[in-house]
Amino acid sequence: MRNICLYFQIHQPFRFRRYRFFDIGNEHYYYDDYLNESIMQKVADKCYIPANRILLDLIKKYKDRFKVTFSISGIALDQFELYAPEVIDSFRELAGTGQVEFLAETYAHSLVSLKDKEEFFSQVRQHQEKIQTLFGYKPVVFRNTELIYSDDIGALVADMGFKGVLTEGAKHVLGWKSPNYLYANPINPKLKVLLKNFKLSDDIAFRFSNHGWSEYPLTTEKFVKWLNKIPKNDETVNLFMDYETFGEHHWKETGILEFLKHLPETVFSKSKFSFSTPAQLMEDLQPVSLVNVPNPISWADEERDLTAWLGNPLQEQAFNKLYDLLGNIRSVDNRELKRDFTYLQQSDHFYYMCTKFFSDGDVHSYFNPFDTPYEAFINYMNILSDFEIRLNAELSAKSDDEAVRLSKIIAEKDQLIKKYEKQLGEERVSRSAGLHKMSGEEISNKPAAPKKPARSKVTKISGANAATAKSKTAKTKKSESVKKPVVKKENSRGKK
Amino acid sequence: MLMFGWEFPPHISGGLGTASFGLTRGMTKIPGLQIRFVIPKTFGDEDPRKLELIGANNVSLSRRKINYEGFLREIEYIEVDSMLVPYTDPEEYERKVKEAKTGSTSFIQTSFRGRIDFSGGYGHNLFQEIANYAIVASVLGESSDFDIIHAHDWLTFPAGMAAKKKSGKPLVLHVHATDFDRSGGSVNPAVFDIEKKGMEAADAIIAVSNFTRNTIIEKYGIDPDKVVTIHNAVEPLGELEKKALRKSVNDRVVTFLGRVTLQKGPEFFIEAAYKVLQKMSNVRFVMAGSGELYERMVLRAASLRIADKFHFTGFLKGDEVHRMFSISDVYVMPSVSEPFGISPLEAMQSNVPVIISHQSGVSEVLQYALKIDFWDVDAMADAIYGLLNYSALSDMFKHFGKVEVDNMKWENSAQKVNEVYKRMLT
Repeated sequence: MRNICLYFQIHQPFRFRRYRFFDIGNEHYYYDDYLNESIMQKVADKCYIPANRILLDLIKKYKDRFKVTFSISGIALDQFELYAPEVIDSFRELAGTGQVEFLAETYAHSLVSLKDKEEFFSQVRQHQEKIQTLFGYKPVVFRNTELIYSDDIGALVADMGFKGVLTEGAKHVLGWKSPNYLYANPINPKLKVLLKNFKLSDDIAFRFSNHGWSEYPLTTEKFVKWLNKIPKNDETVNLFMDYETFGEHHWKETGILEFLKHLPETVFSKSKFSFSTPAQLMEDLQPVSLVNVPNPISWADEERDLTAWLGNPLQEQAFNKLYDLLGNIRSVDNRELKRDFTYLQQSDHFYYMCTKFFSDGDVHSYFNPFDTPYEAFINYMNILSDFEIRLNAELSAKSDDEAVRLSKIIAEKDQLIKKYEKQLGEERVSRSAGLHKMSGEEISNKPAAPKKPARSKVTKISGANAATAKSKTAKTKKSESVKKPVVKKENSRGKK
Repeated sequence: MLMFGWEFPPHISGGLGTASFGLTRGMTKIPGLQIRFVIPKTFGDEDPRKLELIGANNVSLSRRKINYEGFLREIEYIEVDSMLVPYTDPEEYERKVKEAKTGSTSFIQTSFRGRIDFSGGYGHNLFQEIANYAIVASVLGESSDFDIIHAHDWLTFPAGMAAKKKSGKPLVLHVHATDFDRSGGSVNPAVFDIEKKGMEAADAIIAVSNFTRNTIIEKYGIDPDKVVTIHNAVEPLGELEKKALRKSVNDRVVTFLGRVTLQKGPEFFIEAAYKVLQKMSNVRFVMAGSGELYERMVLRAASLRIADKFHFTGFLKGDEVHRMFSISDVYVMPSVSEPFGISPLEAMQSNVPVIISHQSGVSEVLQYALKIDFWDVDAMADAIYGLLNYSALSDMFKHFGKVEVDNMKWENSAQKVNEVYKRMLT
């Protein structure tokens, strides 16, 4: 049994508006609503809705013989909810067929896996919860932003309890090995690794409508012929690509949607392949070996490395400055700040700052709101400066609140102490006057009514004869209640 | 090769002189190419190195009959019409105007031995001088032995045409600026006319940028096949100039350097400065240069109440320019219309990050520069702020910008010019 694993990535960033330095400290809204909404609606109309419709029909037609897998970033989901809720409905319908697998990723489509374990975990958990809430599906396989992966990241993914992970079948990692098998992580071999067959994936994703390509036009027959040429023992062909391939990167007029519609039919009639999902493959197949990825790889550009996001000093400075705020962001619980921090982490912001492609920048210019990487950088840093100001203001407000609260407590305790000291003094006086017995009830009542003037002493003392038996316990209680406030007071000062 | 220029170091009033000098120097490195460079007046302290420098006032006219009367009459007519000075350094301009007021001459004066006297700069009797220059050119065209004529900008176009007419040799025009750049759109019809006639007569036209090439094709209606773009370059820094690179001020310095004229967009620089100063106090702005908008700019800075942080230096020369760069943190060239613009390259040589307008030819060749529209004051202010506050950006520009500009050599431009010649001669 040979498998095709179709996995589609869906992500649309929350693009920032043009944010000038004189907005810093004055304007705290960072998003270009118009741009985001219009792009989202455009892509929904051209791709998400029609392609989902095709997939749904295919699933209905072929029942459990046709399966697909999606990974949808939390940010894309947020934007569906805001700008195109019908897309959510359409994915729900797909999820309802039971033939669709959803993968987990970082909520913010971020690069945090390279930076901070705790934040990485929390973003993945956040994403898992979102998928579960929306589609009633709990992802068991992980795919990182831009398929970024290394042995260490794999180990973290395993720690989170995932069965497996998806990444690029990068040549410089695989060498002579084929991407068409299941592999395992060398640090934690329990974690399965599925690799993208980039040749066949990119034939569809990048070359489909390229008239200059020698294989143009690509038909399903031709594609299945290539599938059949794959060595007989190879177990799975992993076709990983952006979902926007269908109708957006290649417009409907190129025939890409027809290609999608007819691919299963041709596969079933002309080959022995069947469709499967990552979770299923990880159940069914045995890993053939470990795959060593000491340095992070990704699915971007020729290099298949991180240089598209972290390849120049601009990107590095922005990235480091962002995560310098991590400590502070953890100690606030302002929802807006948390949300903005999430959106600041989108890998797209760093992609816009890439200077690799001065000459042939078209890949990077896709929906890029900036003319140059420098503008992208300045804009981002301006926003980050404003965010930092807000974060610091929140922190100092919080610590101000704390200070006020603590000093109130101290003042209250001081009063109590004074009162007790006074009582103690009085007690001593009354003791020396020969009145050795006190009422336990009276004493224990005192802290509850601290404002009662000490003048009432005469009445209290007059009732003191009532319970002589309890006087011992009363004495110990009293001494405790005097000590306690003093200890608390020191503590609270220490905190401050 | 016979080359007509208007100025030559050290007597330089603008980018044209710098460019034609750099190019000519670059061409001296091409074997087999001999250059005869003609300028209106040699002061005697020019540095001709490998080329033969002919001051037009050293050419004897007495033995030639001048039959350029038709052309001259046209020009004379124009001169009456216009006292506009096209491209001049302001000090010179003022002196010239004073001269005119005191009634000094504007006729062709042949001094004894029949030589025509040239002022050797851009004066108010410019049209007269151009005409005179053309007369000299026709003499040279007859007497000198050369294969090709190369003329820089409209001032020398009549000379180039005259030489072509006399000798029948191909004429290459080098356009460093058109009157659309200098005037900000409202062209002087007389200048336009000279430019258009020259371009039509030329066998090939070299534009310093695609920006200028488009102007030539669209505004002057010239056949696109005749017009080639050859970008300018920059002379490497001398040892002395390198030594001047040190910083002595605590505040950050943002510099505008150029003629304070409509073409250079100084007012946008002031507005941007105002915006930046609302957010930052440890920064100073310098406007280095002089020109017809100078007073208005001083007034504008004062009325924005930023005069304590906004400084005017007047016209800077030679060494002072490099000293200015050496204390600058950002260089801004907000030109409204700049055919090329060599000064950002000089700033980059001195490790100064630059902001240039999209409306400049140099923006076609630079990667490590921030580019804005000259009118977009917000973007300009933002770019200044970004360079001053986000060190990764300025560090990147300093490092890579220097490498980039060091690779822009006049030899390469000269090589391309030589290819144009070859095409003319085959």
